[in-house]
Amino acid sequence: MADKSILAEFTKGFGKENPTFVQVLGMCPTLAVTSSVANGLGMGLATLFVLFFSVLMTALIKKVVPDGVRIAVYTVVIATFVTIADLFMRAYVPPLSKALGPYVPLIVVNCIILGRIEAFTTKNPIGASLVDALGMGAGFTTSLLVIGAVREILGSGQLLGHQILGPGFHPLLVMILPPGAFLTLGILMAVFNAVKNRETVVVVGGN
Amino acid sequence: MSILLIAIAAVVVNNFVLTYFVGICPFIGVSKKIDAALSMGIAVTFVMTLTSIVTWFITDLILVRLNMPYLEYVAYIVVIAALVQLVEMFIKKTSPALYKALGIYLPLITTNCAVLFVALLQAMRNYNFIQATVFGFSAGVGFAVAIVIMAGIREQIEIADVPKPFRGAAITLITASILALAFMGFSGLIAA
Repeated sequence: MADKSILAEFTKGFGKENPTFVQVLGMCPTLAVTSSVANGLGMGLATLFVLFFSVLMTALIKKVVPDGVRIAVYTVVIATFVTIADLFMRAYVPPLSKALGPYVPLIVVNCIILGRIEAFTTKNPIGASLVDALGMGAGFTTSLLVIGAVREILGSGQLLGHQILGPGFHPLLVMILPPGAFLTLGILMAVFNAVKNRETVVVVGGN
Repeated sequence: MSILLIAIAAVVVNNFVLTYFVGICPFIGVSKKIDAALSMGIAVTFVMTLTSIVTWFITDLILVRLNMPYLEYVAYIVVIAALVQLVEMFIKKTSPALYKALGIYLPLITTNCAVLFVALLQAMRNYNFIQATVFGFSAGVGFAVAIVIMAGIREQIEIADVPKPFRGAAITLITASILALAFMGFSGLIAA
């Protein structure tokens, strides 16, 4: 039973509580850095890192932080881990750091992180919180990967820099430009809704 | 001239919402009614201008001089949170009518990534004091323009027959896509 609930905490980030398609959180990086799969993956992993360690830290200090200033304290914790992630990326993966640019520091105000801390970490034990953070972070990364893949294939005919569509394919340049980001996310969200509704219908029919 | 360029670029060419994708949460969340959208736009413009000014001082006078650029993000987010709190208290005291109009939108601005983005960009581009002020103000105006246009369109969508899976955020994003496409028409304005 315990194992099952841990698995559920982890997988809800991919399905019914997916931060991108269901909760519509963290829209700025979702739209801004998904012009390619590699950028989406980098942003997803950076967010996962910050989310995991911010949750770990807030779970440890939540009992001693006064209620009135908790948001300010948590935000400073998040900003610290974002700085660590940013400096690490600048040192070890400079091209990625350059491609993501000012969107790395914007992880500070990514509502997924503060949202998970407020909605989950403050009310649950540390173990469950960490699993929740991993699940949400992985769900977020997966969403970015899917959006990045759609945009990269349609926008340049490539995937991870490899040409996968033949020379007869005329790239839809607009897909890697800003309007393509809105369009891809909007359509994927509708598809996600449609699939989710169908599942609900099946469950109802089964009963 | 360069000041004018900065202003035009921030309002239409590199519109914060439609090209940089910052401030999307309020853009989707608070764009159902035109008057609420306008209040949000004004509040954000106000805070963005102040943030740009204050973070300019912080960057130039404290972080650069003490050689502590790694404290940039922590310093900015603390400044923004304090500033929003201060603005809220100030408006409550001096103009209760405006305070009432802005309502719950004021505290929400702290987590509006557009505000942090203004601080980061003006530091990254090494603007001088006047440029930073103009940049903060115009970026806010650009946000206000985008969110008010969006609210106008959404009031019409409300009475349209949208397919079920597209209702809510999905149709709003697709509308934003068309809006972004329209704003790309401005990109020829600044060639240099």
